[in-house]
Amino acid sequence: MAVDGSSAEFRRHGRAVVVGASLAGLRAAETLRERGFAGSLTVIGDEPYEPYDRPPLSKQVLLGRVPADGTALPRRRALDAHWRLGVAATGLDLAGKRVRLADGEEVGFDRLLIATGTRARPWIREEEAGLDGVFVLRTVDDAARLARRLDAGPRRVLVVGAGFTGSEVASACRERGLEVTVAERGPAPLVGALGGVVGEVAAELHRRHGVDLRCCITVTALGGDAAGRLRRAHLSDGTALDVDVAVIALGALRNTEWLAGSGLAAGPRGIACDAGCRAFDIHGIVTDDIFVAGDVARSPHPLFGYQFLSLEHWGNAVAQAEVAAHNMTSAGPDRRPHLWVPTFWSAQFGVNIKSVGVPTMGTELAVTQGSLTERRFVAAYGCQGRVIAAVAFDQARWLDFYQRLIESAAPFPPDFPTVDRRPGGLRTVPADFPDPALPSHGPTVTLSGYSPSEQRITFTPARA
Amino acid sequence: MTSGTLLQQILDHANRPDPYPLYAALRETPVSRQDGVYVVSTYWEILGLLHDPRLSSDTRNRTPGAGGPLTADEEEDPNLPVSFLRLDPPEHDRLRRLTTRAFGPPVCPRRVHDMRGELSRMVAGLIDGFEGRDEVDIVEDLAYPFPVMVICKLLGVPHQDEPRFHAWSEAIVSGLDPSGGPGTSEDSGRPAGPATSDGPATSRGPVTVDGPAASDGPAERRRGAQQARRELGMYLAELIEEHRRTPGDDVLSALVTDRGPEGRLSPVDLVVTAVLLLIAGHETTVNLIANGTLTLLRNPGTLRRLRDDPRLAIPLVEELLRFEPPVQLLPQRTALADLDVAGTTIPKGAPVWLMLASGNRDPRRFTDPDRFDPDRRDNRHLGFGSGVHYCFGAPLARLEAQLALAGIARRLTGPRLVTDPPPYRRNPVLRGPRHLRVAFDGLAP
Ligand SMILES: Cc1cc2nc3c(=O)[nH]c(=O)nc-3n(C[C@H](O)[C@H](O)[C@H](O)COP(=O)(O)OP(=O)(O)OC[C@H]3O[C@@H](n4cnc5c(N)ncnc54)[C@H](O)[C@@H]3O)c2cc1C
Repeated sequence: MAVDGSSAEFRRHGRAVVVGASLAGLRAAETLRERGFAGSLTVIGDEPYEPYDRPPLSKQVLLGRVPADGTALPRRRALDAHWRLGVAATGLDLAGKRVRLADGEEVGFDRLLIATGTRARPWIREEEAGLDGVFVLRTVDDAARLARRLDAGPRRVLVVGAGFTGSEVASACRERGLEVTVAERGPAPLVGALGGVVGEVAAELHRRHGVDLRCCITVTALGGDAAGRLRRAHLSDGTALDVDVAVIALGALRNTEWLAGSGLAAGPRGIACDAGCRAFDIHGIVTDDIFVAGDVARSPHPLFGYQFLSLEHWGNAVAQAEVAAHNMTSAGPDRRPHLWVPTFWSAQFGVNIKSVGVPTMGTELAVTQGSLTERRFVAAYGCQGRVIAAVAFDQARWLDFYQRLIESAAPFPPDFPTVDRRPGGLRTVPADFPDPALPSHGPTVTLSGYSPSEQRITFTPARA
Repeated sequence: MTSGTLLQQILDHANRPDPYPLYAALRETPVSRQDGVYVVSTYWEILGLLHDPRLSSDTRNRTPGAGGPLTADEEEDPNLPVSFLRLDPPEHDRLRRLTTRAFGPPVCPRRVHDMRGELSRMVAGLIDGFEGRDEVDIVEDLAYPFPVMVICKLLGVPHQDEPRFHAWSEAIVSGLDPSGGPGTSEDSGRPAGPATSDGPATSRGPVTVDGPAASDGPAERRRGAQQARRELGMYLAELIEEHRRTPGDDVLSALVTDRGPEGRLSPVDLVVTAVLLLIAGHETTVNLIANGTLTLLRNPGTLRRLRDDPRLAIPLVEELLRFEPPVQLLPQRTALADLDVAGTTIPKGAPVWLMLASGNRDPRRFTDPDRFDPDRRDNRHLGFGSGVHYCFGAPLARLEAQLALAGIARRLTGPRLVTDPPPYRRNPVLRGPRHLRVAFDGLAP
């Protein structure tokens, strides 16, 4: 039975449908039940597996410490859900409130959550991408295949793209003792996400761990032998490399194609939604029964000038899913905004990298604690005289403090002494992000759209 | 009830059995200045400061005399090196990193885990020793000897030397006790009742009193502590030298023979660190286990549940760390800048005390905070601190408490408290019962 707008009605016997059975989808489903949703719950996912965790895929799984199928997400509670796994959603009928499935079935809903995430951007040329030895890394199957191939001891692995995933793959390969070349279009690893100053530190990490790091270079072609096995990579400087494995780590594409023509504001940059996770339709009008969360979402953040941010971060997926589920089961005034301050972590070359805020918005940078040359530090990013982000290398435990600086729009550069302040540490330098007009493949945060409103908000983080 | 500032009342031994109403009163002002000390008592403010790089753990950053009598001569003998507990990054980080190499991940990820079987056997053996008795002192007969056996085994310290380092340890720990300033009578600190005359059952001298320095004033205690630190240091230096010549499978051997990329701890740092590990390794867990037993006996329903399901020990110990944390407060921090916290400015150079046990009972963070509830969710307590100084031995302390409490629950039939509240140790920082007499009907196999 379909129910109308009443949230109480919906909670009692509405029909909730979640498309995308991964981190955001699972957490949203759990939160729905936690909030007393007693109606029918359907979770649709095109992967044949129970929801699993992706961050270990490029870390413990590649190292062989955890089997690829060993990263199932812990369940926080019983869901009593109707699982439709291994079948993709292929269309959305907004007016009729139905999701179409690849097997021809249709599922009706009163409220829908879209959490279809992203997929790995494939190698540009399909025939080369099909060579045996060319990999991407997004799913358990990808990870299992790649780990198996690394077990076999290839002579040299080429990693194309030195964003977070590429750097983690390179790190895992080195830890296994494999020869690795990393080819990066930008001047250093991680520049897209963290800028040139921190990118230089990352470059030093690669080199110290024996990676053959080549920056300001692109891979122009992959070549195979008669049997279709990868043999060679051609680089933009005219050289060629003998390789038998290439890992394409060129960022992600948003899974929105299935929504084409649905009337939702869904496209290559994701699905636009408001801070309450409600999707916009194609006219820019917010819907009331379609919600979005996780990597596929793009939403305005009051703390960052109301810019639309899409954050491909684990913590964002969880927080946004919880807000979406909360709002699906709440009436207007009880709805909450998704005010999560972005945080991201990565483990590579034995270093724990963590960031808070939106580094890509920073124009300047100051090392407030520790030292770049020791590769143990906290650096704050400034934008228009305020702290907008911070990144820590092996110093993550301080970041809560920097988060509060960001939340309170504290002045940049910070004007107080701290422990572990080094001589000259507070010297402000340009953060050195590449010109956003140049093509780039890997920032973890993309910024677009802008609200003319400069209105400040008082931001209080959700406590407990 | 004693008079004086709230802080003095908290330090007063007469209030040791139940300081929690005092903490509740303290929380009415999240940051208050008392006796020259800035006392922080609410959860979010404590957590914020534990992650605030403008707060130092190095008392050398203090404005001399800023703290008044409570901290007047707290500064260590400048000739004695200090452990990483009292240092800031980068020195703290380097020493802690080098120490971790011998203790935990990534170099020794299984060190604690692999001791599980042995730890279970130690608990079983100690409880076997209750056979034929109808009353034990949980402190004396389990909560104290167990962690001592563990830390000796772990570090590679001969267990038969226990009486020697126990006396030093007592003296050092009593030097950490800031109480005894004006308005706090030393003698009011003596518990009434059977504690001091427990007769032949408690033949181990040092346990029955709080160490030789217990009746002295704070200045004498600190001098005694420094002397003890030197003697314990010399003892450990000799031991370390033996381990260097004939290394075994223990932490001291690993540290003295380490060949990591950053080198190894200097001989002096190694001794100071060994002192820290030895003391921290057996002066805090004893309280965790004793507080835990006491809490279980006061909550018989939970005790029964634990007997039927030893897995309950895991959330139960977390709740215990919230409810009765063995480290009640951190009295060593100093502001490096003027800090605005909850409407109060803590001036640069001022001593700051973080009242962990009070934060753990903050109703703004924990619903129904005075209820012991092992099923509590989202239990991010301050029992092990937080930030860069987060308890080094947390994994070991957890495991020890889980095994000991599960053992008590499973094997003692009809256990009951003989005295409630029990007599408490003097120390307000490391708070726990001095004795915990428990009568029981029998022993399950
Ligand atoms: C190798 C790797 C390492 C990472 N490491 C980190 C890290 O260290 N730190 C960090 O913060 N983040 C990390 N991330 C990012 C993090 O995993 C993501 O932010 C998170 O998975 C997002 O969750 P999600 O549910 O929004 O999307 P996804 O996990 O992408 O899930 C979307 C799901 O929807 C399915 N789907 C897509 N289209 C359809 C359809 N039409 N019908 C049905 N189902 C569909 C997809 O197959 C997928 O199962 C990493 C990601 C990867 C791949």
